[in-house]
Amino acid sequence: MARTPSSPEPPPPAESGTAGTQPVPPVPEISDYDQFGAYQALAADAGSGDADGRWAFGTGFADSLTEAGAPVPDGVDGADLAAYCLMLGDDALIMSHRLQQWVTGAPELEDEVALANIALDLLGQARLLLGRAGVADGTGRGEDAYAFFRPEHEFRNVRLAELERGDFGELIARLVVFSTWRLALLERLDGSRDPVLSAVAAKGVKEVAYHRDYAAQWLVRLGDGTAYSRDRAQAGLEAVWPYVPEMFTSHDVERRLAESGVAVDPPAVRAEFDDVLAAATDAAGLRIPDAAPRAGVAGRAGRHGVHTEAMGYLLAELQSVARAHPDATW
Amino acid sequence: MGQRTAPAPQSAHAPQPAPAPQAEPASEAGLEEHFERTIAAEARVEPRDWMPDGYRKTMIRQIAQHAHSEIIGMQPEGNWITRAPSLRRKAILLAKVQDEAGHGLYLYSAAETLGADRADLTEKLITGRQKYSSIFNYPTLSYTDVGVIGWLVDGAAICNQVPLCRSSYGPYARAMIRICKEESFHQRQGYELLMTMMRGTAAQQAMVQDSVDRWWWPSLMMFGPPDADSPNTAQSMAWKVKRHTNDELRQRFVDMTVPQADALGVSLPDPELRWNTGRGHYDFGAIDWDEFKRVISGGGPCNAQRVARRRSAHEAGAWVREAAAAHARKTTTPYPERIGATGGAPRD
Repeated sequence: MARTPSSPEPPPPAESGTAGTQPVPPVPEISDYDQFGAYQALAADAGSGDADGRWAFGTGFADSLTEAGAPVPDGVDGADLAAYCLMLGDDALIMSHRLQQWVTGAPELEDEVALANIALDLLGQARLLLGRAGVADGTGRGEDAYAFFRPEHEFRNVRLAELERGDFGELIARLVVFSTWRLALLERLDGSRDPVLSAVAAKGVKEVAYHRDYAAQWLVRLGDGTAYSRDRAQAGLEAVWPYVPEMFTSHDVERRLAESGVAVDPPAVRAEFDDVLAAATDAAGLRIPDAAPRAGVAGRAGRHGVHTEAMGYLLAELQSVARAHPDATW
Repeated sequence: MGQRTAPAPQSAHAPQPAPAPQAEPASEAGLEEHFERTIAAEARVEPRDWMPDGYRKTMIRQIAQHAHSEIIGMQPEGNWITRAPSLRRKAILLAKVQDEAGHGLYLYSAAETLGADRADLTEKLITGRQKYSSIFNYPTLSYTDVGVIGWLVDGAAICNQVPLCRSSYGPYARAMIRICKEESFHQRQGYELLMTMMRGTAAQQAMVQDSVDRWWWPSLMMFGPPDADSPNTAQSMAWKVKRHTNDELRQRFVDMTVPQADALGVSLPDPELRWNTGRGHYDFGAIDWDEFKRVISGGGPCNAQRVARRRSAHEAGAWVREAAAAHARKTTTPYPERIGATGGAPRD
């Protein structure tokens, strides 16, 4: 179902926030810091569960990411399923990393919060998918083994996710493209025969719908705002567009798993992607670029583990502490 | 909160909207007397209430410095998000830094209820005319610093901030309740990280000790200068925008932290630290106030770096904010005004 971005008319982020006028939620009595208990509770509570649902997914004291263990569906090749989980998981992990690099660098505080939120959502999706890979390939490896101890050529994300951080115009163009594509995939994966993929997709659809909405609204603001912002948004689209065809090229694993009702073959969502991008760029007064596809190497690109030069630096940063202490527990 | 201990004079009117200023008695003395009564009764001063200029200025300065501290405080921890050594720790750290941005937003909003403007306050921050907590001028040199900041720096911040939930200025007090809850969660997460690392490899344990050695004294400095050298304390206590003196809060922090360090298995870098049975408190060594003054006045390890980062983000984002404002003007201005009196193209 092709959903066009909603009419973008939020208040400009440069205006003052309204957090201070919202009702304060009910809290325990805090009449004196002696009664607050923050200190007394410390030693006792460390390591115990925390049921307070308002904290970000997967950041509590109890490990809530235990859903990856269902058996591989009948007739599905475990290695294929693992590879597919890494594809979708690495897309999220690597895109999240690029968003994390925006922290403390956003144009306004509201966008600090929004970009960190998107990065957190994608990180949560990545954790579930990498965990699922360890079940599907029979190795029992956990999410961290995949994130921190795989070499570059085993990462299967599309190259769009790993491109070096550009300016805010490039970020918005990349986010519009990435979230439109991912939302279309996740909407169809909701019906996957693999129960974990189906669950990740059901959760992810709500998240990525917000990501797409955020990015599309900014695309319109930039396109319609000033002459300079329109140029930056258009330049952003031009920069990312050569990497779009790769996102709609089938890998053998995707094709096989799509035939067995587990995966989505990316070409199946191209029409929806084109409709949404046409609507968004039209609303923004921008053009869909006419750019040649960026070639891979002998037909191989991100899904095959063949990346850009930027990827090595990204992984050096991502993996540095974990690799310096391979025997450590965190 | 104060209304539970002593009913506010105006509590009978609580559900009503605040009276318009012109409905109040016009005399300055009457207004001031009403303000003093409000403070004495532990009631809240609200945005539309009359307040002395000095109180307004003090509150704007206090809230803005707190907001700036939240925003600058994102940097030292943000430094380790992309390198966090497990995905769970990465999510925790990212969520924490995001919470700090949220705290900055609440607090700038609270300052705006006093007539301040966020853009103006940001300008003052990046031009060095307003300060932020000096602790953030120290560098985070290992991932372990994330845990120690959670334990010691957030712990000291909670010590300072929980009493502010009873600040006489209503919007600030209410913001502080939510902020303190989240800070408390962050402190527990930091301590839990350290606990986990102290059960890990010898290298991890050494990293934790190194972090504690670097952050202990700066954490004690977070409570500000000794009472004898704290010029604003008396007035702030009288106005009930500050509830305990710097030295009282510092002592409380030391008393609470020493047993936590013992439970963790780290030593605190102070040979004079010992329990004093007579006082019922821990004695501790002399704080290097010369270093404190150097850091406060811009000479700390990271002062220039922190402000430069904030300034560069703000300046690099100027065109984005201008675009949003221009778009908002176009979409909120009625069409006939947009095309202008001569019927020409939309202005802008």
